[in-house]
Amino acid sequence: MKRRSPVELLFVLLLLLAGLLAGCAAPTARPDAPALTLQTGDTADVLNRVTWGVTPALLKQVEAAGLVRYLEQQLHPDAAPLPATVQEQINAMTISRRSLEELQHDMERMRKDADAKPSDDEKKSARQAYQQELTRLAREAASRSLLRALYSPNQLREQLTWFWMNHFNVYQGKNNLRAMVGDYEERAIRPHALGKFRDLLAATTQHPAMLRYLDNDRNALHRQNENYARELLELHTLGVNGGYSQRDAQELARVLTGVGVNLGMATPRLRPELQDRYVRHGLFEFNPARHDQGSKQLLGQTVRASGLAELTEVLDRLSRHGATAHFISGKLAVFFVSDEPAPALVERMAQTFLQSDGDIAATLRSMFSSAEFAQSLGGKFKDPVHYLVSAVRLAYDDRPITNVAPMLNWLTRLGEPLYGHQTPDGYSMLRAAWSSPAQMVTRFEVAKTLASGNTALFKADGLPEQRPASLQQANPAYFAAWQRNASAATREALKQAGSVPEWAAFMLSSPEMMHR
Amino acid sequence: MKRRTLLQSLTTLPLAAGATRLWAAPSTGTRLLLVFLRGGYDAANLLIPTSSPFYYETRPNIAVPRPGADSASALPLNADWGLHPALRDSILPLYSAGQAAFVPFAGTHDLSRSHFETQDSVELGQPLQGSRNYRSGLLNRLASTLGSSGAMSFTDQLPLIMQGNALVPNVSLRSVAKPSLDARQSRIISTMYQDSALKPQVDQGFVVRDEVLRELGAEMNSANRNAISARGFELEAQRIATLMKDKYNIGFVDVGGWDTHVAQGGAAGYLAGRFEELGRGLASFAREMKGAWRDTVVVVLSEFGRTLRENGNRGTDHGHGTVYWVLGGGIRGGKVLGEQLAVSPGTLFQNRDYPVLNEYRAVLGGLFSRIYGLDATQIEHIFPGARAADIGLA
Repeated sequence: MKRRSPVELLFVLLLLLAGLLAGCAAPTARPDAPALTLQTGDTADVLNRVTWGVTPALLKQVEAAGLVRYLEQQLHPDAAPLPATVQEQINAMTISRRSLEELQHDMERMRKDADAKPSDDEKKSARQAYQQELTRLAREAASRSLLRALYSPNQLREQLTWFWMNHFNVYQGKNNLRAMVGDYEERAIRPHALGKFRDLLAATTQHPAMLRYLDNDRNALHRQNENYARELLELHTLGVNGGYSQRDAQELARVLTGVGVNLGMATPRLRPELQDRYVRHGLFEFNPARHDQGSKQLLGQTVRASGLAELTEVLDRLSRHGATAHFISGKLAVFFVSDEPAPALVERMAQTFLQSDGDIAATLRSMFSSAEFAQSLGGKFKDPVHYLVSAVRLAYDDRPITNVAPMLNWLTRLGEPLYGHQTPDGYSMLRAAWSSPAQMVTRFEVAKTLASGNTALFKADGLPEQRPASLQQANPAYFAAWQRNASAATREALKQAGSVPEWAAFMLSSPEMMHR
Repeated sequence: MKRRTLLQSLTTLPLAAGATRLWAAPSTGTRLLLVFLRGGYDAANLLIPTSSPFYYETRPNIAVPRPGADSASALPLNADWGLHPALRDSILPLYSAGQAAFVPFAGTHDLSRSHFETQDSVELGQPLQGSRNYRSGLLNRLASTLGSSGAMSFTDQLPLIMQGNALVPNVSLRSVAKPSLDARQSRIISTMYQDSALKPQVDQGFVVRDEVLRELGAEMNSANRNAISARGFELEAQRIATLMKDKYNIGFVDVGGWDTHVAQGGAAGYLAGRFEELGRGLASFAREMKGAWRDTVVVVLSEFGRTLRENGNRGTDHGHGTVYWVLGGGIRGGKVLGEQLAVSPGTLFQNRDYPVLNEYRAVLGGLFSRIYGLDATQIEHIFPGARAADIGLA
């Protein structure tokens, strides 16, 4: 039998209690939303899609609480806590204790101090320390993200957080974005991951990470830079075939002039008639003196000159545009259903998106209820993040890891590090992008390392390494059942395993583990 | 406006069947490496239109100075064009030896100005009109036309250009590590995939892993003793040469970091550094190929060029026509080839970019036809609906 810590038991009890209470208050939170109906009964298959990967404990919990209720909870996440040891790891991070403004201030001072060092050698090592600190901050953000993916009870929200981070991709290698990616995920993306698309989009347009990544902090009257404007149309809203022209990209760039970042304390001196239009919160700044004050033409309509309000008007239009509804629905369906989702499914999702004013949870509910979703279960090839997180969840279900660093390194080897995609299109969600010969072999290599009872995952600063139980020993009943349900070829291979770690290496290398 | 056409471009005609071949057929001994610069590199600062006053007017901060005594000036190639000085020790010697050529005003007619859309478009190599097959890249069709099993993508992922009916493996040579799975474990893992759609990938993955290990074993074992100085792309290019010399005859590699919207620099600076690294890598590839360099062709291309005018941030935005490079021990280089125009306000496309006068399917079709001795039907298979043009590259 599996041992449970008191904290975990309490946690399961709380979940059950929450389930009961939610039952009284009808879990379909919105009266106008159609109820969620599932066209499949296989709980493990559904969990493998909706979460970052099924685990023995989760399966048991959901079988007890009911799958539909679980999904409704996932669509409307509450403040369910992380396991205490995981929350402690996150609380100890600098990014949890310092706001972006404070971090920016700290880092700026570090940089200036480095430049002011008297000798070249001292300058060099102080600059190195500055760079290392930036890298450490980005690794904290990536670690926090992975810990939540591994252990948050709100699994769907964490999946959507990754999805939207990828949709509104930024690259940590640019400028000082390493100090910003954590805040970008925490404040711009994650709170809106299951909310209104309009709010999510607006949050990204005002975050310094995005504005710096796509150079809009440099976009000003007479010094126009159309980088962000183009990607906002092509990648964030309408899609490349969404019916906009080169002229529209240029006009949107004009709307976006003056939308930027102010990393210092000082505010610019403005002519009196412009002062009303100046906007600043945190590091975000709209500077009307840098803004093109003429009226603009976007998608055949006039945008009257009104400062930052022009952007509000444009985002309203873009987020309610039919092309956006289809583009976003199609992308969600590729992520959750299949590489080539049925047009009818995408159409239904797009209609829900439009009718619910871009409600992401409602759009997902119509997808989960579809026959296409049910039929597709088990057929989606995992990209490396899905593969790795699901493997760690399954292999070490009984004990949260204490050191995420090996996972960050494996993700780099597998070609999908967090915040590591250089271009704004984000990582591909298609099988063809991840299933090449070299990628398959690298996966098997990682599986072997992971299955060896990799002690580094349980290494904590200042503590001796602790060896975890190997996955088969931790939950023999679950894995015996897993083996019985595997394909004949997989069963045959598992029989040839000469040791427990080797059994685990083969199991984590199997075709079954590559799909969700 | 002076319209100028070079002698070579007069021969921009469909290839006559049975044209004299410079290269032996069937030319699977011929090796082709395609280098894709992702991000739309600023071609106007690579191949500098030194005879154009407009270029200098419109790039007040980032232009590369006209050829002169200063080491930071363009290297003269002919009366109209100069090469970026960062390529003085790498590509210029190849050009002088007739082993490098440039094709300006090259590219696709795709007008989305989207990196991703245009990269896909070029990699597919299919007509822009009509429905496209998104599972069929142009190098994959070349591999199946040649009936060769020697194609290899030197990338982490299998790019669109290599996807298709022929199963092409990939391997990234940026970092190479010894595997931990032994032969028995590898064999058992492959048996799990015997009924899976992933079987070909898995089988080939293990085969390629073992081959790379054999070929690069010497380098890996000696790494500590005779400190290899090469890094980054240069090291990668040397490894590619090691494999292509003996094993693979169609290769692909991509290099990123070209999307220079801000502070790209001129004779020195960010972009100059990228050119320097790329040039050093390519020159080192040529050296490492040794005798096989005579039968090797390298094509360097990018999805589009950039705006001729510099933008408000001393950078450039997405444009249209670009410059292709062709290198090889046996090419007819030392020239700037293809249809050309004087660079002036009146010749800009949509008043912002280089036009495309040398459509890439025609140019590559012509090149492939020469180096592999392919006939019109075979070229039609690789570039459906395109008219191959011989611009005198090979």
